[in-house]
Amino acid sequence: MVSSTLRSRRRAVATGEPEPKGWLGLAFILPGLLFIVVLFLVPLVMTVWMSFYNWPLLGRTKFIGLSNYAELIGDTQLWHSLGFTLLYTVLVTAAIFLVAFPLALLVDRPLRIAGFFRTIYFMPVVIGFGAASTLWMWLLNPDSGVFAQLLRGAGIIDSAPRPLESFWPALGVVILMVVWKTAGFTMIILLTGLQSISNDVIEAARIDGASVWSRFRRITLPLMRNSVVLALVLNVTSSMLAFDQFFIITQGGPENSTISAVFSIYLASFSSYRLGYGSAISFALLVVLVAISAIQFVLLRQRPEEG
Amino acid sequence: MERLNYNLAAKPASERLGYLAFVLTACVFAVFFVMPIVWSFANSFKPAAAALADPAALFSKAFSLENYRRLEHVGAGWYVYAGNSVLIAAGTVILTVLVSVPAGYGFSKFRFPGQSLLFVLIMATMMIPFQSILTPLFLILKVFRLQNSLLGLVLIYVTFQLPFSVFMMRNAFDAVPKALIEAARIDGASQATILRRIMLPIALPGVATVAMFAFLNSWNEFLAALIFLSDQNKFTLPIMLVNVSSGIYGIIDWGALQAGIAVTMVPCILLFLLLQRYYVRGLTAGAVK
Repeated sequence: MVSSTLRSRRRAVATGEPEPKGWLGLAFILPGLLFIVVLFLVPLVMTVWMSFYNWPLLGRTKFIGLSNYAELIGDTQLWHSLGFTLLYTVLVTAAIFLVAFPLALLVDRPLRIAGFFRTIYFMPVVIGFGAASTLWMWLLNPDSGVFAQLLRGAGIIDSAPRPLESFWPALGVVILMVVWKTAGFTMIILLTGLQSISNDVIEAARIDGASVWSRFRRITLPLMRNSVVLALVLNVTSSMLAFDQFFIITQGGPENSTISAVFSIYLASFSSYRLGYGSAISFALLVVLVAISAIQFVLLRQRPEEG
Repeated sequence: MERLNYNLAAKPASERLGYLAFVLTACVFAVFFVMPIVWSFANSFKPAAAALADPAALFSKAFSLENYRRLEHVGAGWYVYAGNSVLIAAGTVILTVLVSVPAGYGFSKFRFPGQSLLFVLIMATMMIPFQSILTPLFLILKVFRLQNSLLGLVLIYVTFQLPFSVFMMRNAFDAVPKALIEAARIDGASQATILRRIMLPIALPGVATVAMFAFLNSWNEFLAALIFLSDQNKFTLPIMLVNVSSGIYGIIDWGALQAGIAVTMVPCILLFLLLQRYYVRGLTAGAVK
């Protein structure tokens, strides 16, 4: 996007077009800039600054240097929650791709009815995480939930399962809910990639005798690489920042085993009111996220030369 | 599957079979995606006894609105929370459009030194998650006396809506041909007239996309609303849902929760069904670039 700005500027210069009142453009941008500076840049700098302080909600703030970071390194609960967030990110991203890829291939056909199914699969995406989480809490609750009733009715189980009482079932429930809510989103991103591939290429490979699998692996996948990476970046970033589903469905339990990274920030800043320590965790998370994005963008830049 | 088609040999038959397989598979997935919504909606109209006896039934003879009536006694009443959500969403939509349309215009149709740097600065906001600057935002709102206020929350939502919106609007204005603007200028149209009469009609689909994203994101946002609103009368719908779902003395009123979920999700689904092409266009804008 940056390069396109440069390109259009070069074009304007090259054609010698007059740009009357160029500074008027700045006036148009100014309100937006004000928002970004006051509610984004200032708090961003403040995050770093506050992380060097002992900063209670009320009372005196005190400069304590790197103590917050020292505490952070020794905080086993925090490391556990970071590890849990990574585990969740890997599992949920894999699960979403496992569902979204077949969906994208399924609805990638020029039929009216395929468009109808696309709309259906996408519908849960527009529901918020709050509504989706509480909805699945009800679906899976052992007393009046639909799943318990269906399973009992089919004679598979005698007593309803209580998935939220141990770690793996609880994580499974959250992943199931998130796949339900967001697979349609990834499907649309992948579909954009699929549709950018010309049919001639696929047809040529078919005539050359390439099997369905090798056509997919050698032609489709490399050609839609950009949308795969984009879907990956978006899924990984949003999973690393997961909060709502853990706050609502598992409430961090059982035994604090499902506290995500953002959940730890929430607990430090807005439950214990240790704003300085919360800022230190925020900044650490921010560094991790920027690093992950950077790695993914490097992957995006690489040419797919490997077979 | 392929061998089966091959044995049948007749092309139309195999094509029909493939179509059938497609529709069947697609329907199985459709059940997974749509049934939770349908079940929840159906149960919101069932009296407690009917919901407990057969939660999977889609229709119940005992149609009732008692769940919605009970939701009136949750906290300040669901309509207060719905009203707050409407105010916040409307405020976010209006302010986001008012700020991002001129900004997109400024980035698209003017050139001044440092412009690309400013654009990168605004886009960088997308890279850094708002979750990581919540703590200082809390203090900044306190300084402006905007903590625990709907306006404060609107300002935060607008800020985090801006990068995407400015990007969308710049692209929308880029699509307006320069010749058209020149012609209008020669005809003596003022800067304001050009923006209103020529640019905006062409950029209108972009505005619809921006408005729709602003609505859905502010309507559904949970974490910031949880942190910045502390007064029970100021809560939004998602916060109300969580309060209902955490129960009173360990007992959760599932019927009232169903009604609350319906109130929260139905506007989003309707809006999506009406304006989905603008929504999908917004999504693919990122993928195509």
